[in-house]
Amino acid sequence: MGMTMAEKIIARAAGVECTKAGDIETVTLDKLMSNDGTTHLTIDMYNNKLKNPKIADVSKLVWIVDHNIPADSPKTAASQKKMRDFAKEHGITFYEGEGVCHQIMMENHVCPGELIFGADSHTCAYGALGAFGTGVGCTDYLYAMVTGTSWLLVPETIRFNLTGKLPEGVYARDLILTIIGKISANGANYKAMEFAGEGLHTLSMADRISVCNLCVEAGAKTALMEVDDIALDYLKEHGREPKACFKSDDDAVFSEVIDIDLSTIQPIVAKPHFVDNVVPASECYGVHIDEAFLGSCNNGRIEDLRAGAAVIKGKKVAPKVRFLVVPASRAVYKQAMQEGLLDIFMEAGAIVMNPNCSVCWGACQGVIGEGETLISTGTRNFKGRAGHKDSFVYLASAATVTASAIAGEITTADRV
Amino acid sequence: MSQSFTAKIWVLGDDIDTDIILPTEYLALKTVEDMKPYAFSPLRPELAGLIQPGDMIVAGKNFGCGSSREQAPEVVKALGISCVVAKSYARIFFRNAINNGLLLIENADLYDAVTEGDSATVTPGQKIEYNGKEYEIASLPENLLEILNAGGLVKAMRKRNGLEV
Amino acid sequence: MTMAHTLIEKIIGNKVGHEVKPGDIVTADVDWCMIDDIMVPFAVQKFEEMGFTKVWDPDKVVLIYDHFLPATQTDDSRHFREGDAFAEKYGLKNVHRTDGICHQLMTEAGYVKPGDIAFGTDSHTVTYGCVGAFSTGIGYTEMAGILGTGQLWMKVPESIKVVVDGVLPSNVTSKDVILRIIGDLTASGATYQSLEFSGSTIDAMSVASRMTMSNMAVEAGAKCGVFAPDEKTCEYCNIPYDDSMKALRADEDAVYSRVLHYNAEELVPVMACPSLVDNIKPVSEVAGTKVDQVFLGSCTNGRLEDLQTAAAILKGKHIAPYLKMIVTPASRKIYREALADGTLEILSDAGAIITTPGCGLCCGRGGGILSDNEVVVATNNRNFLGRMGTSKVKIYLASPATAAATAIAGVITEA
Repeated sequence: MGMTMAEKIIARAAGVECTKAGDIETVTLDKLMSNDGTTHLTIDMYNNKLKNPKIADVSKLVWIVDHNIPADSPKTAASQKKMRDFAKEHGITFYEGEGVCHQIMMENHVCPGELIFGADSHTCAYGALGAFGTGVGCTDYLYAMVTGTSWLLVPETIRFNLTGKLPEGVYARDLILTIIGKISANGANYKAMEFAGEGLHTLSMADRISVCNLCVEAGAKTALMEVDDIALDYLKEHGREPKACFKSDDDAVFSEVIDIDLSTIQPIVAKPHFVDNVVPASECYGVHIDEAFLGSCNNGRIEDLRAGAAVIKGKKVAPKVRFLVVPASRAVYKQAMQEGLLDIFMEAGAIVMNPNCSVCWGACQGVIGEGETLISTGTRNFKGRAGHKDSFVYLASAATVTASAIAGEITTADRV
Repeated sequence: MSQSFTAKIWVLGDDIDTDIILPTEYLALKTVEDMKPYAFSPLRPELAGLIQPGDMIVAGKNFGCGSSREQAPEVVKALGISCVVAKSYARIFFRNAINNGLLLIENADLYDAVTEGDSATVTPGQKIEYNGKEYEIASLPENLLEILNAGGLVKAMRKRNGLEV
Repeated sequence: MTMAHTLIEKIIGNKVGHEVKPGDIVTADVDWCMIDDIMVPFAVQKFEEMGFTKVWDPDKVVLIYDHFLPATQTDDSRHFREGDAFAEKYGLKNVHRTDGICHQLMTEAGYVKPGDIAFGTDSHTVTYGCVGAFSTGIGYTEMAGILGTGQLWMKVPESIKVVVDGVLPSNVTSKDVILRIIGDLTASGATYQSLEFSGSTIDAMSVASRMTMSNMAVEAGAKCGVFAPDEKTCEYCNIPYDDSMKALRADEDAVYSRVLHYNAEELVPVMACPSLVDNIKPVSEVAGTKVDQVFLGSCTNGRLEDLQTAAAILKGKHIAPYLKMIVTPASRKIYREALADGTLEILSDAGAIITTPGCGLCCGRGGGILSDNEVVVATNNRNFLGRMGTSKVKIYLASPATAAATAIAGVITEA
């Protein structure tokens, strides 16, 4: 019987010929990513709960400070210091202030065919390079860190066959929000979401990361995309070679197959307080906003900044709107600087910040207040996610967010 | 202004800056009441909880140096401090304290003599009695006395605007 | 017969329309008042408690949001909303919501000019002395009074004359000069007084360098720190250098409470060591101290020339492993200038974290807070206990050059 991409990657990591959905496999992890959201807790457990603790393979660990950088309180500073000191002592690959963890991983570490645990739910982004990334809690992370292994329930796969091409002014963010709206916030619980078909080849790497990254918002365990030339070029540009490029067999078993014609996708907005609460952007026209956010592991790449800059060039941010522009990594920041995008945003009155998680994480930079409304390219719009418990978050594409920042109310790029 | 009172003494050092009196982290709390627990926290985190209404502070030189944050004298006043006696004051703190009706007394010698926990008797504009010894204090300039006597600048302005004080 | 006057006596005398001498209590019309985001709600509340129904001159009031930008706490944006509501209700047009640090903007955006009198709800309002204005920090209650009346009483201060002559060594900046002066005067040595800076070294300085010095005058307790306007000042302020400007300088025989004289050639790079601004030591004496973070920014040293000084040292190099360097340009204009001339790219390539313009770490609300036993070398104006995190954080204040050299070495290093 044929295997899905997810099954093939797990079989490889488990050292078995074949496996199938529902099996439980013991796997050897290829990489283990952790950030300052929880690493201090992992370290506490490592130091206090284990007898003679040791790290199985330190070369597989990547630790990244991205959530509260620069630190906004003595508490977050202390967590980061703990992480920094531990990384230094053990020789763990360590990034601080270099960008959002998933972007750093995509730029520097992820390879096709790998199985990667990340102590962050959006680790599923790595599927854009054909790697099986999944989010875990710090207990699972600690076990994998000290043994090099873990167990996994092999997931069923929902296959999305993409055809056609996104219309002008419509983005990957609109595509994935449409999909989440269609299958709901738990529509892919425990499952892998696999994307294939000719339509996939029309999506840039930035688009693909954006799509895979958000699959956890449909409950998915992971997201996977077939590795094509676009992915291989990206890998090569970043100086890496693929480990193993898998694709699902023709006779692989999928729990469901959904066909998506990209040309039918329209600008979408996810309304408060759930990611699957999606409507056509036009239904939100006129909603007053206090803040707009262009950034995050979902939409902080150069392509997103280009899309935003194209909308705002020669225009101004509405006087009372705080428009945060946060490149996803130092490399993106530099590229945007060289292309003149940062200056376009600064001239327009935007607040350009250092690469970090920013208000997507709801702390440290750009927190919103009581009764305020944010339109965001971040990953989540849960109640209180961006600050005060009584505030409102709408999710949309970089273009829609930028257009809304100019108008002071939700709108799309064709209307500003 | 000349009613004398006896107060328990808390002793602080030289250069007690406004970040010590109230750190920036707490400046934007909605009310001065909310800020009270954090007064003096970088230096003596327990102090705000120990101060009783009517107590006094005796300190060294340059009390209140640093920021213009008026929350600093307001929080000292809100803790119930009856007066501060220091060798000298930073100027913005001095103005802010007067504007909020917090009594500040300048005296060069008391600080070197006192022990925390003792009491002293203060007669504003005249003297401080401590441990059997008298310490002279100067009267304030007239324009400041006007503000103090009005009960602070807000009340003085209300009077000017013909409103009830 | 006309008395000889110090610069501050002339500025105040011109405004009140008669000669003044130290100790006089005068009431002056105010040219500018600045309210920063922390103090807005408090000033508004006092203003309304006082019973005023209109602002005396809405065009002379400037609201600037800088301490809470970007917001780190859920209540921060309330200050913006209350400021906006106040501006709308009373017709204020000068509101800077995301443009940078208040003290940078008050001269950069064209408000305060030589000879003006300005008050702000922040102690570093003394900065505008760099253009020959009288400016100082006040509390929000007094600010509320000015909003209603347009006036404030003040005592004409005595002056301390600080003369710096000669050429500064290449690794000594105006920051080292003012730190040395504060060390000599002590943190209360100029209380109630005006610091008046002059001499050939001062004449040779840019307005930006002078700003660093006027900014820190308050750290010696001074009411203000003033520089006589010259051609550079007028160019910066976009006004002609005419006779009225030329007249804004102290008379030769003016009386000072004290005169300090420095030979620039003898000055060395210095630092303010924990946790007092007047605990000044030569950098060479504390060299080798391990550092966790370097902060380049603030109204003291976040200007283009400061970023350029650091970039010249960091070009082609990288900051030490595990050290963080935070760069916070003082204003949007400066950020854009540093983008355009490649300064930010050099700093970023060297590993610096470049944040959005604002007060950042200097005000202790974000921008790189530290934890117990960490050491930071910072270019701002205060190293008070607990200013940048816990009271066990050690803060050393230094020039941008010393900060950059330290960032590369990972230990305190002379540039």
